[in-house]
Amino acid sequence: MSDKDVRSKLEKLDGFVFDEIPWTTPKPLSESRVAIVTTAGLTEDGNADWNPGDQGFNRIAHDADELTLAHYSPNFDRTGWIMDKNVVFPIDRLNEMADEGIIGSVAETHLSFMGAQPDHTLETIRLDSGPAAATLLHEDNVDIVLLTPV
Amino acid sequence: MGTLASVLEQSGLVTVALSSIRGQIETTSPPRALHCEFPLGRPLGKPNDPDFQRDVLEHAFALLDESSGPVLVDHPVEIEDGADSPLSCVIPPADTSNRSPAASEALGLLPAWKRTYKKYGRSTVGKVVDSDQVPDMLDLFARISDGEDWKEVGLPGDPTKIAADIRNFYEEASISLSDSSPSARSAESWFVDKTHAGQLIQNSRIKMKESGTNFYFWYYLLPMTQHHEPKDT
Repeated sequence: MSDKDVRSKLEKLDGFVFDEIPWTTPKPLSESRVAIVTTAGLTEDGNADWNPGDQGFNRIAHDADELTLAHYSPNFDRTGWIMDKNVVFPIDRLNEMADEGIIGSVAETHLSFMGAQPDHTLETIRLDSGPAAATLLHEDNVDIVLLTPV
Repeated sequence: MGTLASVLEQSGLVTVALSSIRGQIETTSPPRALHCEFPLGRPLGKPNDPDFQRDVLEHAFALLDESSGPVLVDHPVEIEDGADSPLSCVIPPADTSNRSPAASEALGLLPAWKRTYKKYGRSTVGKVVDSDQVPDMLDLFARISDGEDWKEVGLPGDPTKIAADIRNFYEEASISLSDSSPSARSAESWFVDKTHAGQLIQNSRIKMKESGTNFYFWYYLLPMTQHHEPKDT
């Protein structure tokens, strides 16, 4: 039942509130290119160390087969990730949905940030790394971003 | 997560966020969110269950049918973690000559850790030390647990990261020693409650806290829900 305790402590944390919630009208899912953006702190180069406070991101290739979860927080389970990367980064599920024509295609480039940031205003993500990430996704003609939290 | 979704949406992308902490997603209010009351660290819910993962994605993509937002919907299934039921696994005996109980324990786990790594091709060990160095790190934590200043025992880096390497090594080894796939946090509770190493980290955390060490260095030695304080006498 630890997750209930963790949630009760973390759900009251401050967060940045936008004056207006942005809204983009989607095109049909079957014509859309989908990318994953996770906050699991994934790396492709074997680096297992992601410092708290680092609001940057990594590119994750769609066919990367050696991913490391480098998130700093001790407050979540990692055994699920070891046994099946899709429980965090559901790339195989997206590929299946693309093969079946449910989604249009799977992006070449996916991205990972790291969650549980000490700066709850996420200033760097809002003003710098977030827009830079959006540019990369647009360059890959991504339509839909699926965000998975850790 | 919610903030990042809004930043991406603002650029013209369409975002669908899975949510793991409902209060945070209510605060940050991204355009579309599917709240999933699943174990933290398992946002798709169930490892090695493609049908369930697919169901989560279908619920998430269904939010694209909404014509205005923000939209926050709950996935109908809740999954609890297994922290209250520590994993059952027996640590194989190792050559323990001249080694401390915790170092011997870690040496006994090394073959199992290697089997897990070979099978799945993933590890989260390596923030500061690799798997072969875990026994030596436990000897250093034993000295902190005995009351030595943590800055003086020769740790090769941030103690919270070394503690993470130790714990992740144990949990990854346990996957190969358990009869069934560990439920979320069941390996964590096994490590904290049932192993010499977990006890050393716990005692070191208490010693560091009592000696006035900076909050970060003792607080993040173990999950916040595994901080067992000494009983009042």
